[in-house]
Amino acid sequence: MIEKALHGDKRYWTWVTFLILVMGVGVLAYLKQFNEGLGVTGMSRDVTWGLYIAQFTFMVGVAASAVMVVLPYYLHNFKEFGRITILGEFLAIASVIMCMTFIFVDMGQPFRIVNVFIYATPHSMMFWDTIALGGYLVLNILISRVTLDAERKSIAPPGWIKPFIILSIPWAISIHTVTAFLYAGLAARPFWMTAILAPRFLASAFASGPALLILVCLLIRRLTGFDAGEKAINKLAVIVTYAMSINVFFVLMEVFTAVYSSMPEHTSHFEYLFFGLNGKNALVPWMWASEILAALTLILLLNPKTRRRTNTLAVACVAVFASIWIDKGMGMVVTGFIPNPLGQVMEYTPTFIEILITLGVYAMGILIVTGLYKVALSVKKTQHPEAWKRSVGTDLEQVEA
Amino acid sequence: MCVDRRKFLQLAGLTALGVAAQPIRLLGQEDSLPADTSLIGREEHPLTAKRWAMAIDLRKCLKDEGCNDCVVACNKTHNIPQFGNRKDEVKWIWKEHFESAFVDQENDFVEETVKHSNLPLFCNHCDNPPCVRVCPTQATWKREEDGIVMMDWHRCIGCRYCMAACPYGSRSFNWRNPRPFIEKINPDFPTRMRGVVEKCTFCQKRLSEGLLPACVVACKEKAMIFGDLEDPESDVRKLLQERFSIRRKPVLGTQPEIYYLV
Amino acid sequence: MYDAGKVIIGLIVFLVLITFPTWYNVATGKATYVPELEKAVRGDHCVADTTYMKAKHMDLLNQWRDMVVRQDKRIYVAADGTKYNMSLSGTCLDCHADKTKFCDRCHAYMDVNPYCWECHIDPKEYK
Repeated sequence: MIEKALHGDKRYWTWVTFLILVMGVGVLAYLKQFNEGLGVTGMSRDVTWGLYIAQFTFMVGVAASAVMVVLPYYLHNFKEFGRITILGEFLAIASVIMCMTFIFVDMGQPFRIVNVFIYATPHSMMFWDTIALGGYLVLNILISRVTLDAERKSIAPPGWIKPFIILSIPWAISIHTVTAFLYAGLAARPFWMTAILAPRFLASAFASGPALLILVCLLIRRLTGFDAGEKAINKLAVIVTYAMSINVFFVLMEVFTAVYSSMPEHTSHFEYLFFGLNGKNALVPWMWASEILAALTLILLLNPKTRRRTNTLAVACVAVFASIWIDKGMGMVVTGFIPNPLGQVMEYTPTFIEILITLGVYAMGILIVTGLYKVALSVKKTQHPEAWKRSVGTDLEQVEA
Repeated sequence: MCVDRRKFLQLAGLTALGVAAQPIRLLGQEDSLPADTSLIGREEHPLTAKRWAMAIDLRKCLKDEGCNDCVVACNKTHNIPQFGNRKDEVKWIWKEHFESAFVDQENDFVEETVKHSNLPLFCNHCDNPPCVRVCPTQATWKREEDGIVMMDWHRCIGCRYCMAACPYGSRSFNWRNPRPFIEKINPDFPTRMRGVVEKCTFCQKRLSEGLLPACVVACKEKAMIFGDLEDPESDVRKLLQERFSIRRKPVLGTQPEIYYLV
Repeated sequence: MYDAGKVIIGLIVFLVLITFPTWYNVATGKATYVPELEKAVRGDHCVADTTYMKAKHMDLLNQWRDMVVRQDKRIYVAADGTKYNMSLSGTCLDCHADKTKFCDRCHAYMDVNPYCWECHIDPKEYK
């Protein structure tokens, strides 16, 4: 089936070439980092995790969000998700691979990564994170391959795959929980050491992941004519609404306990984020933007009229994704270190090389999604022609394998 | 023979995987040394203890505000690089302002001499170390025989999880190759390479050779008292019974073994 | 087979190219080259016999590493009873004083780049 990704029109190949170029630049930047050391990044003795680990944390959430299409379809027979479960699973595969790559580029001695397996350490959450992510990748590859293959042959998937699909549901929850455990168990970082961190991670994941999936489905409909279905998109929008509402509620809970307790080790981090501390305020405009975007999303999503209209839904999804990306991908990781355990404020700014490497990893992930979606849509083109809109100007023949 | 392209690729892939996985056979199969390994032993006269700890007598330490002897001694002995900027700096022991060292005191009315003082900070070699708990490869571990929290620079993967977990900021990372930044290399101690975390090791190598830690020896006021807390006759134990001491962030349950005598 | 002529010629060209290092070295006589190692400046035997050391010195060093770093045991008793300190810089390079004429000769020939020297100090450079 992979060969279906190797046939495409000019648009497809231009896009693929662009992604490969960005990846290439990322690889060159990584070579510089590999030769000179992680000192080429903005990380310091005080802020030891930065852009890479923040992106890892965010993408684990997107990877886990596949469960939001798998669970209703397989556990509750919500047939309307039938067209998009494979898209969710493929997005999960690309996300997990991105996560692993972000970890790899962040390590000081990446070729010693085998040590994590040779010297397995059950009391370290990082060990369990590698197990959870690796297992989730294998599960999703297996499930997506078997179900897509069955669809290609117009038969039902074999019965033995069902337990694996059911397993992927708690497994998806576990990957983001164990990632939260990395942070939430550290007494040294009061900003992270909160019981609500794992629930917050899951809520934001189940908002940002399906939001991305909605945007991708809308894009695919525009580009290729494949229609995920009104009911599916609306249901996903409802999921995003609930998840985002819960996420905002959780954030407010965090703010309350920190501010009301007025314990400096808690308030100082929120002060840094929203007002600046000791004159250092690099993240302040970002955090306020994130909260304003979050408020905008609630206005657009809680109102059924705006939630059901495609253009307002798209705006809301972009706002959800951006708001949560700022919160998790910029605010959460770095602020654990600011102020540092000695109460000092040392800020972090990613360097140019760091950003190039990050963009390269994202380009790799988007390339994987592009290729896998090409395969999925090619199969669906032949098997489910009713899913394709005959819109003027769409060159449907080019999509065929 | 009717093999289609798909089956051929699958077979080729599995074969490649099988061939690539051969090194796994060698795992755990270390050849034994051509000698009687049971004879391998310790140095002749090491300094040993059940629980190494250090008391820092601030009355003596703060006599000379500008003194940096302990820091200089450690840096020279262990080839600590001097990067010259806060971002990349590597420090095993350093002087820190009291308000930062004891940030949880939140006390505006501390006694004047202490309030404006700089005191030496380094790894606390906690009894319940969070850094050890999080290390995914056991590149840092707590030695059972004497309580030192050790570092294995051969195994460290540079994930910096231990640095996130340390409540005291005791650990440093080699963001760059340190060799060019070492003022004068001491050939008796290895340098470290870029990409690994390092910290004070209570001069474990010197202890095995029967020598006290470099900082303890260098302190001209003899303000650093190093000894075995499990030995009721040790200087450090007796001193802790006579004088009031404070430790950094005790509420976290780490049981740090560096006691500051006020 | 379709295009049998082209395929077979292509396979032959491929085989010739991929075995190039082997037959080229044999043809030009480079295959007989053996790196020349300088004798140790001290002592008449190593911590283990030469056959073992040639094949397995990395194994020995790895086990020494774990004994010293992780078990704090530094004294190695060789098969003949001699006691050595388990130290690359201190023991190995004590006798094999010039690593460029010993270690590096075989390593360069085999294109092996052990990174021991990024941390372990070559006493010759820093005495």
